[in-house]
Amino acid sequence: MQKTMAPPSAARTGVWVAIAAITMSFAAYSSAMVIRQGPVPEWQHFRLPSILYLNTFVLVISSVTLELARRRVGGPFDSLGRVDLSQADAVRRRIVWLYVTLALGLLFLGGQYLAWTQLSAQGVFLATSPSSSFFYVLTAVHALHLLGGLAALTYALRSLRSDDGPRPVNVLGAAALYWHFMAVLWVYLFVILALWV
Amino acid sequence: MDTVSASITEHAPAAAHHHTAPTGWIRKYVFSLDHKVIGKQYLGLGLLAVCTGMALSWVMRYHLAWPDKAVPLLGLIAPKFAAGGVITPEFYLQVMTMHGTIMVFFVLTTAPFAGFGNFILPIQLGAEDMAFPRFNMMSFWVTFVAFAVLVAAFFIPDGPALSGWTAYAPLSAVGKASGPGEGLGQTLWAVSIAIFCIGQLLGSLNFIATTLDLRTKGMTFMRMPYSTWAWFITAIIALIAFSVLLPACVMLILDRVAGTSFFIPAGLVVSDTLQPHSGGSPLLWQHLFWFFGHPEVYIAIVPSFGIVSTILPVVCRKPHLGPRVLIGCMLAIAGLSYMVWGHHMFLSGMSPTSATLFSVPTLIITIPSAIVTLLWLGTVYGSKLRLTTAALFCLAFISVFVTGGLSGFFLSQPSIDTYLHGTYFVVGHFHFVMGVAAMFGIFAGTYFWFPKIFGRMMNETLGKWHFALTFIGVYATFMPMHWLGLTGNVRRYSSFPSDYMHGSLPLHRFITFSALFLGGAQLIFLVNLIWSRFRGPIAPANPWEASSLEWDTTSPPPFDNFGGVHPVVYHGPNEFGVASPRGDYVMQTDPPAAAAAV
Repeated sequence: MQKTMAPPSAARTGVWVAIAAITMSFAAYSSAMVIRQGPVPEWQHFRLPSILYLNTFVLVISSVTLELARRRVGGPFDSLGRVDLSQADAVRRRIVWLYVTLALGLLFLGGQYLAWTQLSAQGVFLATSPSSSFFYVLTAVHALHLLGGLAALTYALRSLRSDDGPRPVNVLGAAALYWHFMAVLWVYLFVILALWV
Repeated sequence: MDTVSASITEHAPAAAHHHTAPTGWIRKYVFSLDHKVIGKQYLGLGLLAVCTGMALSWVMRYHLAWPDKAVPLLGLIAPKFAAGGVITPEFYLQVMTMHGTIMVFFVLTTAPFAGFGNFILPIQLGAEDMAFPRFNMMSFWVTFVAFAVLVAAFFIPDGPALSGWTAYAPLSAVGKASGPGEGLGQTLWAVSIAIFCIGQLLGSLNFIATTLDLRTKGMTFMRMPYSTWAWFITAIIALIAFSVLLPACVMLILDRVAGTSFFIPAGLVVSDTLQPHSGGSPLLWQHLFWFFGHPEVYIAIVPSFGIVSTILPVVCRKPHLGPRVLIGCMLAIAGLSYMVWGHHMFLSGMSPTSATLFSVPTLIITIPSAIVTLLWLGTVYGSKLRLTTAALFCLAFISVFVTGGLSGFFLSQPSIDTYLHGTYFVVGHFHFVMGVAAMFGIFAGTYFWFPKIFGRMMNETLGKWHFALTFIGVYATFMPMHWLGLTGNVRRYSSFPSDYMHGSLPLHRFITFSALFLGGAQLIFLVNLIWSRFRGPIAPANPWEASSLEWDTTSPPPFDNFGGVHPVVYHGPNEFGVASPRGDYVMQTDPPAAAAAV
């Protein structure tokens, strides 16, 4: 006896639900930060490492490259909704963008690590002040979620290799949704960190 | 990507992916992907946890009644913490903390929501499994690890945490200096709850995605059984609530192990030692905790709303009154549950204006609660009630929900709460409305769905004895706590031997006798469970003449729930008291023509 696996659309629904949960988590962290920043004299402002600007750029570009990959992975389609074989080379070329996205994601994480080393070189550590605590926690938790995104993209790549049905397209669509959210979330975090830390 | 580029692919519906029934013991019963096995695992964990939690409550009750006497057997079980069975105030608080934490998280959340929900929800929707079976399996095992981490605190030198199930900072944040168990024990507590959050987030994600995407043909939202509605709404509440508790626990862990100061203010002196922290806020913990904590009450109770609303039409043989209003009220309660957390913090120094702002929605929440209660009573009124054990527990649920709800009126007024907040009145209140009400929902669900889950009937005579004794025991245990509270008997004290509360001892003894009686009554339930599991009469597919999809398959259901059939739904779950070929009800899958042919 066997069970049919959930329809591919469920992956997308699942990602939307996860986005809701992650949004709430970061709302909790950031509202805690905003509330703490107000009255305490111990809140020490420090200059954000400039590499964060570059990291932000890298992550936003990775969203663009992912779209370039995603737009064509499941197509172009002919009038029957099938992959158009005459465009096969174009499809293959677009897949390259997926690898570029993965590389940019890793580059972003490397950049974040560099930002931490720069800060710690200045003597700003996790426990130095509430402001530095929030900086390290927010960036670390975002990085952890981004690792999940990298895993999802790798999983999508693997299913693209092994499965010629529409499923990988849906998996990639869901992974891409999550990845774009990670980029939006980082931009939000970067803005509030720039404003309050 | 050769496979993509070289293949001709239909870009529409599903190339079918399957997974087959596992044959190995480990994959079948331990690391199972099947929602039914996972549901039973959750229920088993809940049973283990409730036995542990209840045993801890007996230790507390015995000590409160006879503070000068050693607790029998305790010296043998826990010689490290209670040598000779003598309980120190610190150990009392440790037991209290573990009782609360185990009951709230590992019983009231796991059993009615994750346990029954996992087993029943996909079947009631006509699905073969949850949307993400692997996440589902992870959800249970992560929760199990959380339980193991929590209980591990009993086996470390200083024992478990003593800061209560609410783990208020800075007591919970400063570490060993604040008392025995506040070292590693409190860290284990925070880690356990953080892990638990991850487990419940995975579970909630599954419940929501399954309800949205895996409903069978014809299963519109308004045709979903009320229990499925309740689990769906609970999953939404849990998703938001645990998403906030998780960051709170992460920050608490960092305060404890990494020297940060999220919750610890400057200049704090604990045990004559100045704490090396500055800039944190203990109130921040309270806000984050109660933003989770109040919705948690509804995570515990809303599944029982659904269970009761599902069982009542079946035992009353008439449609549930106002189904749309019922669902609307559950949604309203879910929404309002996020606007009232401050009513747990009236004594935290909040301004009277803020207190009023939290008090008003608290009072408003009684409106949908009262409407739901009236709908239940209206459904029962004038019905040909079949007094099964499940029906009795449903009625008892309404009783304790009303009793507990009424004392909530008092506590929602900041001025009255100022007097009552630190007393046994609150203990009585939440045990009725959150603890016992949810437990009665669990009992009702167990007696109702046991035949479906295990394929055997439970013994109704034992069930009714269990009901009667439990009902008496519950009121005898928790009702007097309101009177204690009104007389000013403070909670969280380990004993009242020689001060102005000495006069309350006789009532404390009565409560202790009642609690032991109540616990003893649960042995009947345990015996019934075990006996029926192996010796109960074989259950037919639909012993209660119910209408929802789980009764449209064998007891217990096959691996894929419907034996290769994809059920098609034509009716709501509420068609009772109508003439049909089946008698007085129409099943959700009955074709319209057959249902009409009387």
